Amino acid sequence: MNLRLLTTAAAIALFTLAGCSKSDSGDKPTEAATIKIGQIASMTGKEATFGQQVDDGIKLAIEEINNAGGLLGKKVELITEDTQSQTPPTKTAMEKLVSKDQVVAVIGEVASSRSMAAAPIAERGKVTLLSPASTNSNVTLDKDGKTLGYVYRICFIDPFQGTVMAKFASENLKAKNIAVLKDNANDYSVGLAKNFTETFTKNGGTIVEEQAYEGGQTDFKAQLTAIKAKNPEAIFVPGYYTEVSLIAQQARELGIKAPLLGGDGWDSPVLTQGAAKEALEGSFFSNHYSEQDTSAVVLEFIKRFKAKYNETPGAMSALGYDAMNIIAKVIKDGGKADAESIAKGLATLKDYPGVTGKITIDAQHNANKPAVVLQIKDGKYSYYSTIAP
Amino acid sequence: MEEFLQQVINGLSLGAIYALIALGYTMIYGVLRFINFAHGDVFMVGAYIGFFIYPLLSESLGTGYLTAFAVLLAAMLGCGLLGVTIEFLAYRPLRNRPKLTVLITAIGVSLFLEYTGQIDFVFGADYKTYPTLVERSAVFSGSGLSLGSDQVIVFVVAIVLMLLLRVLVMKTKIGIAMRALSMNLSAASLMGINTNRVISFTFFIGSALAGAGATLYAMSYPKINPLMGVLPGLKAFVAAVLGGIGNIPGAVFGSFFIGTAETMTAGYISPTFRDAIVFGILILILIFKPSGLLGKGGVEKV
Repeated sequence: MNLRLLTTAAAIALFTLAGCSKSDSGDKPTEAATIKIGQIASMTGKEATFGQQVDDGIKLAIEEINNAGGLLGKKVELITEDTQSQTPPTKTAMEKLVSKDQVVAVIGEVASSRSMAAAPIAERGKVTLLSPASTNSNVTLDKDGKTLGYVYRICFIDPFQGTVMAKFASENLKAKNIAVLKDNANDYSVGLAKNFTETFTKNGGTIVEEQAYEGGQTDFKAQLTAIKAKNPEAIFVPGYYTEVSLIAQQARELGIKAPLLGGDGWDSPVLTQGAAKEALEGSFFSNHYSEQDTSAVVLEFIKRFKAKYNETPGAMSALGYDAMNIIAKVIKDGGKADAESIAKGLATLKDYPGVTGKITIDAQHNANKPAVVLQIKDGKYSYYSTIAP
Repeated sequence: MEEFLQQVINGLSLGAIYALIALGYTMIYGVLRFINFAHGDVFMVGAYIGFFIYPLLSESLGTGYLTAFAVLLAAMLGCGLLGVTIEFLAYRPLRNRPKLTVLITAIGVSLFLEYTGQIDFVFGADYKTYPTLVERSAVFSGSGLSLGSDQVIVFVVAIVLMLLLRVLVMKTKIGIAMRALSMNLSAASLMGINTNRVISFTFFIGSALAGAGATLYAMSYPKINPLMGVLPGLKAFVAAVLGGIGNIPGAVFGSFFIGTAETMTAGYISPTFRDAIVFGILILILIFKPSGLLGKGGVEKV
């Protein structure tokens, strides 16, 4: 009896591990007088910063659009669904927006894995999904590599981001030996690591050690110990900020002094909180925009953003703002607020002067635009260089 | 070789934290013969107690070891009281029901804590950065080997607490009462032991150790969220089973074993398997030696 109880207990324990999910569906009354735009965003959970930042950007854009009289004489209404930084709730959220709310377009997600989970639902429901920041190359493609009809993005893709950091490592840092520590459970991280490795080795560098972890883990000392033994000049960690901040602290504690390199997944005020601030000092990452950019578009955006939220916008806010404004532009230009016309408008978007650079959508529905490399100095991101496609 | 030793150190310091959690499982099992599945979530609450109380304490005590110690005590006290409350409200009314009823209730309490914690005005679902209790530095850093300050603190605090527990269980009157209860609850009550008080006390100590574990865990891995207790809790449970549930030295041994096995798997095989290996061990132990490595065999009458 005793043993059976224990076995049952263990079985139950393993099941609870799989986790339960909650859904918060905000049932809003439907008004025909508005243009409904959906958003799937990680408002809570591990990547909450991303979702919340994008949300801030979108809301600012909508406020401006509505204050200027709306679109085609109608107000824009945003319906936000939380993905909890997890894949299963993302699908539920997307289903709800497509079938119940019947939005004309959906903005989201930031994480590539989750955008890819939402993409088939967008295709089936014939609703445009515009990702502000999913950089994995496969987001806009189906299994056979064919471009999906209703999935677009306004950010650059991993090959480019991986290439930028690889070029940066060999040209600016003059590094020859680099270690890679990637998140195996994350399409974004795996993609970045792959493209970084390809370009870096092509340029004559060596990847001395490749280690992996899984998002949500907290202990990286085993992997870092293996990396330390190879004595790399820098470590490429293309993960998300929650893990990166822990990785940096544990690396310093193990006596690793090499700087860390990463991608846009680092961008969050949470990254440098606590002891991570010192641990990340001098590290570099690629991003979509720099708040130190002095172009007129960026200055104007920062001014308006600060007026509304009283803080400096992060890259995700800038992308959310651009995403919403681009949808507004194609609705206006097409003269129709339906999914078909929005998709057509996005496919032909050229040289849109966004906050995050000049955006042109190419044949694979990716945005052609430059990246910036930022360095962490005293817990802040300081602009280092711009690298064009 | 140095790399291997480093992995051993990494594994043992992880194991020390599991040990503090596993002790709670094993003590409560020893006395009441049931697995308190809410234990991992009591652990989580311990981390949040530290998170919320640190700003208040650091104002009056400044930053340093004194504050860190005060945070540790606060987390232990808070968790201890939470454990006693849970036992009083959820488990005591079911004391004479089938064990499965209490077990399911424990899972209910666990989910209650996890999902209440995710509500915005409670803890919130997003990750919070735990304050830096003690400046992190490498105490010793050679060419290959290094020992972090937090690892040293984890070892010292865990070992001191385990020794104190040993003294408490073996030498004090209440410890003897606890052992008597674990042998036979009804006989102990016939001998005049106030079983309710001893059970409450056991929950207090077990949960306080989880609070200490949480403080050490959050100090080493300073990102906390309401689901953070799930995995460490389950692994500590596996450790307790491995050592022989109900057996205090067994829980400590099991925890060091699990911590090291996990780290070695991540370092030498694949980090993807680090959780799998732990639950693999659980399955093997349940098949081949269900009483645990240090546990006593024997048939239990139910």
